[in-house]
Amino acid sequence: MGKKKKEVDDRFKRFGTVSFTSITKINDFIDYLDQGKIMGTRCKECGLFFFPPRADCYNCLSSDMEWVEVSGTGKLVTYSKLEFAPIGFGDDLPYAIALLDYGDYKMFGRIAGDVPEDEIHAGMEMTARVNTLPNGQLNYVFHKA
Amino acid sequence: MGKVGIIGVGQSAFVRGYPGSIRELAFEGFKDAMQDVGIPTKDIDASIICSAPEYDKQRSPAGVFAEYLGLVPQPTCYLESLCSSSSMGLRFAYSLVKSGLHDVVAVIGFQKMSEISSAESQERMGRGADIQWESPFGTMMPAYYAMYARGHMEQYGTTLEDLALIRVKAATYGQINEKAVYRRPVTFEMFSDPESPMSNPVANPLRVGDCCANADGSSCIIVANEEKAKAFSKKPVWILGLGAASTTVNLAGRDLFSGLTVAQQAGEEAYKMAGITAKDIDVAEVHDCFTIAEMMAYENLGFAKPGEGKELIKAKETYKEGSIPVNVDGGLLSKGHPIGATGGSQIRTVVLQLRGEAGEMQVKDPEIGLVHNIGGVGLYGNVSILGR
Repeated sequence: MGKKKKEVDDRFKRFGTVSFTSITKINDFIDYLDQGKIMGTRCKECGLFFFPPRADCYNCLSSDMEWVEVSGTGKLVTYSKLEFAPIGFGDDLPYAIALLDYGDYKMFGRIAGDVPEDEIHAGMEMTARVNTLPNGQLNYVFHKA
Repeated sequence: MGKVGIIGVGQSAFVRGYPGSIRELAFEGFKDAMQDVGIPTKDIDASIICSAPEYDKQRSPAGVFAEYLGLVPQPTCYLESLCSSSSMGLRFAYSLVKSGLHDVVAVIGFQKMSEISSAESQERMGRGADIQWESPFGTMMPAYYAMYARGHMEQYGTTLEDLALIRVKAATYGQINEKAVYRRPVTFEMFSDPESPMSNPVANPLRVGDCCANADGSSCIIVANEEKAKAFSKKPVWILGLGAASTTVNLAGRDLFSGLTVAQQAGEEAYKMAGITAKDIDVAEVHDCFTIAEMMAYENLGFAKPGEGKELIKAKETYKEGSIPVNVDGGLLSKGHPIGATGGSQIRTVVLQLRGEAGEMQVKDPEIGLVHNIGGVGLYGNVSILGR
């Protein structure tokens, strides 16, 4: 009679090429990615919105959050195209990491591989979309709006 | 309460592939500082051991070092703030001494990066940022700083040529610093020569020549209260001002991408505590992990107005003979950057300058010096102002 193994909710291990986190209270984020949605959280107590999503509000210390979809376009703040990659990311090269400004919040991610390099410039309007990586992992990438 | 002084400074040579263990590496910096001050080890009342974790297998290195260096049974602990660990160590040593809890404290910084490969090291460094929301995209330090370089270029029209000038200056002094890992000359032309490794792209817009090298090394700073400092040292250097700050780890939480808020904030605090302004600084060590980092430091510390850092380097004002000499020991770009040892090495350089003992690197008669040490991607900032 073996002990029944406790089920571990480690959905977050599917985030990004290599995820360094597997267990977090905002694991539903991954289910939303599966549905093609990028979600942030809003504190139901004080109304503060968070992206990336958080389980806890530092403003009012509440943990009562609701999911809110991120939509619209953002402006490219800055980016860098990598010629070398840290261990575990070599197969993705070359790729560009970037920051998008949605006005009330910013999003760190990658620029979609099919955006021509000579068309990338700071200030351009972009939109984030869910992306499935060749290894089956999920992330989001920025496309020209 | 009296002043707090630095009475001994030391560092190992910064090298690739140190042929010894971390405790042996720490011994080299410690010995150099103890020989500098010339007091027996029993006069050290406590030690603070500083590094960034996960480059070696030892957990809690403080106990191991205290034993190896003969610092037991005095209290010891481990302290980290990534690349600014040993400047943070100085801050804590100051408070231990100023409070009267201890008379003399040793701040020992170390890093043996060569225990892992360069790609593994980049992964470790990248995990000094937000591992939940950024690292899964494949981040590394050069790419993060490249994002700031692009931000600075967009905002102020800074060019790759401006950045290359900073590396050329670093190499000018790296060649005469016997403790530096990179001692070869670097010319401006190398950056436009496809045959030169300096011109190779790493994370655009930054090239190999814009990046400091990993290294193994250790450093040690001995801090004492006024009474002990005067008793033990002929030339104590006083801690006049300390500033420290943090910001959001995720870049998504920041607004400024042409400078580091932690450096501005820590600098303002340190100037205020010392009762001086940027104009009073005679010699400075800034955290040039990348060329753009030194450019931003000029502006964040008030040596130049925002966007005008490039004019300082073009006019060679940050050379030894200039109006504000910066990194005249070669900086991280030439010395190498053994994370936890770097702040201690910067402090050592400024102390030697203020004592008039910097040899070939000596700036003319400096009275007040500044150390700017940054942890992570502008995540932690420490600014320390020292005076004779």
